[in-house]
Amino acid sequence: MLVEIAHFALAMALGLSLVQMIIPVWGVRRNDIALARVGEPAAISVFVLLLFAFGVLMYAYAVSDFSVQNVAENSHSAKPMIYKLTGTWGNHEGSMLLWVLIMALFGALVALARTSLPDRLRAGTLAAQASVTVAFLLFILFTSNPFNRLDPAPPEGNDLNPLLQDLGLAIHPPLLYVGYVGFSITYAFAIAALIDGRIDAVWARAVRPWTLVAWIFLTLGISMGSYWAYYELGWGGWWFWDPVENASLMPWLAGTALIHSTIVMEKRDSLKVWTILLAILTFSLSLLGTFLVRSGVLTSVHTFATDPSRGLFILIILMLFIGGSLALFAWRAPMLRQGGLFAPVSREGALVINNLFLAAACATVFIGTLYPLALEGLTGAKISVGPPFFNATFLPLLIPLLLLLPFGQSMAWKRGDLLGTAQRLAVAIGIGILATIGIFAATYGGPVAAPLGIGLGVFLIASALWDLGERIIGRASGARAIWSRAIGLPRSAYGSALAHAGVGVTVIGIAATAWATEDIAVMKPGDRMTNGRTAIVLQQVFPRTGPNFRELVGRFRIEIDGKERGEIESTKRTFITRNNMQTTEAGIRTFGVSQVYVSLGEIQPDGSVGVRMYTKPLMLLIWIGSLIMGLGGALSITDRRFRVATPAKARSPKGPQGSTGGPSPQPAE
Amino acid sequence: MTRKQRRLAIIGSCGLVLAVAAGLVLFAMRDSIVFFHGPTDVVEKSIQAGTRFRLGGLVKEGSVVRQGQTVTFEVTDMNRNIPVTYTGILPDLFREGQGVVTEGVLQAGGLFKADSVLARHDENYMPREVADSLKKQGHWQPPGSKPQS
Repeated sequence: MLVEIAHFALAMALGLSLVQMIIPVWGVRRNDIALARVGEPAAISVFVLLLFAFGVLMYAYAVSDFSVQNVAENSHSAKPMIYKLTGTWGNHEGSMLLWVLIMALFGALVALARTSLPDRLRAGTLAAQASVTVAFLLFILFTSNPFNRLDPAPPEGNDLNPLLQDLGLAIHPPLLYVGYVGFSITYAFAIAALIDGRIDAVWARAVRPWTLVAWIFLTLGISMGSYWAYYELGWGGWWFWDPVENASLMPWLAGTALIHSTIVMEKRDSLKVWTILLAILTFSLSLLGTFLVRSGVLTSVHTFATDPSRGLFILIILMLFIGGSLALFAWRAPMLRQGGLFAPVSREGALVINNLFLAAACATVFIGTLYPLALEGLTGAKISVGPPFFNATFLPLLIPLLLLLPFGQSMAWKRGDLLGTAQRLAVAIGIGILATIGIFAATYGGPVAAPLGIGLGVFLIASALWDLGERIIGRASGARAIWSRAIGLPRSAYGSALAHAGVGVTVIGIAATAWATEDIAVMKPGDRMTNGRTAIVLQQVFPRTGPNFRELVGRFRIEIDGKERGEIESTKRTFITRNNMQTTEAGIRTFGVSQVYVSLGEIQPDGSVGVRMYTKPLMLLIWIGSLIMGLGGALSITDRRFRVATPAKARSPKGPQGSTGGPSPQPAE
Repeated sequence: MTRKQRRLAIIGSCGLVLAVAAGLVLFAMRDSIVFFHGPTDVVEKSIQAGTRFRLGGLVKEGSVVRQGQTVTFEVTDMNRNIPVTYTGILPDLFREGQGVVTEGVLQAGGLFKADSVLARHDENYMPREVADSLKKQGHWQPPGSKPQS
């Protein structure tokens, strides 16, 4: 019964989303503020309804209600509770429901946001956002209903793909979805601005926190996905240039460009048309990612049962929203008042360079991801575009961007001075070069990429901190003056310094992967495998039973420089509930930010076992850096100027009223 | 700087970066793209030895021979077979009779020397390329046709 009510709630949410989509636009047209504000309660109700539906599905998973087809196909009564719950979104239908739930959450947040959004902008944004929700609710109700019943109910479920029975499933998809879907709000803001024909610094300031939220979550989502793949797939890689990873990287690159271009728009009232285009493109790339992952044109761990009608439906949604918004852009963008041009050597000029490189890098990823699909469609030839392609295109675009980053960061608005900036950065440049030379000398004969990359990372961190220090200390003297300057500095300055330092940390981690080692051997208990200073000794191999699997455990002793440093357990699991599918659970032991990673291969008939040992110096920095980036973003959101009322509201009574007119500025209360 | 010069500088730098990006893509397209072939393709298109490509199909039943770290097996599309040798640890889901995709170089004697055997993530999953190549040979049975309980 509850399941049927939840199904009904989905339909209700669709109806209310239609209201949220149509009525506010009509209200704005008629200058009727009451009608224009209907979107707000509608958005909140849609969220509540979807939250209920999602809660019911989760409950069905928790109690293993196999009369629900979705639960029967993807769960098992012997599965640990945490994986029953997270299994709610470990399948196509459930994950789409999570997708619209998050979309509705963002809608509700826009409706509730107490920062003074201009009414017209809020109404338009909610309406545009609702149009996307409508499309996805139709998709769920017609092709991917999670509430279908099975009669008779099977006694036991099919269980979840064992690779997904992991804590990673609890963290990675929700984070990533908040990121993906969060960009729908910036998209909705852009559409609202295009329809309204008005765009200014107020718009940029209103959009920026939402863009930052989406960006933070996307950053964390991608990085947690990468860590999950690293420990779960059992062969030590952290990024595979897999089309599905690229699908999340593209919106991240475009979103990163977007958070930088909105700064220019807010501070200098420039780059408007580009920013609008970027907002549209970022969400379009999120939609494209959903299409690639969900339609089954690509195959990966992210692709659940595929069904051609779903692919077609998502393709239609994709074309409708991307095509529609780009057409709207082509029609309306020329009417937006252009901002002025500015000096190429200035902070805004540097931000344009940033956007240029990010957009170009995004384009190369786009080509590398879609070219194989296009080629197959056109000629039938099957090709794969792998890491060599991306290393040859993406890296050469990213490295100059990272080298230029500190210069842009410490350059002044309007009129910058390249030489002066270089002088200010002299210390950071010096530290970077020293780090490169020092590490090169210490690891002489090793790969050259590592010291160069680490030098770049050190330069990024040093310049971010140096620039921040200069801003705080400046010409002030005495602890008191410095303290008051430190307090007075906007939080966004700390945020951007932290985020850029985070980039440096990640760069160091990536560069250090050049030092990673991999050894393979067939071992028997008592055997030892050594690489450099690290050695492992296989102590014993024994079977063990888990709730829904059996496993063979290899227990190793780790020695570093001949001293014992603890044990590692690495296992090979066989899931009896799922056709005896096997997974490798790597044993990982962390020393500082470096790791030793041991995974088991095949068990030979004579009892010996294939073992891979990896040493991963500084590996954790890759993910720690992304956490720091996210933290920097979070700090920026708390900046005062996003919380206080924008000046536009105070001005609006006297503000110009165009022929279309705004809703009455008199408050309704 | 005059307004015109500024505009030129900005448009010029945009053009430059885009040109560099386009150049990189074209360059990389030539060197780092790998084709996919099924066993029948390999024989019929008489692919040259020394070519790097992805070979996909089913692991022929009874063809897997292990020797320490090296394993040899045959990849089949039920029409032609290609012998493959690979040194290293095989992915969890490598089984006889199941789909497989390997990447490597064809040797002069017709042996395919694989340097990677791609991991699959689901026991029901058949690499799409393999499914297509089996369909072409008329030996395709949709996966998941096992009885639903």
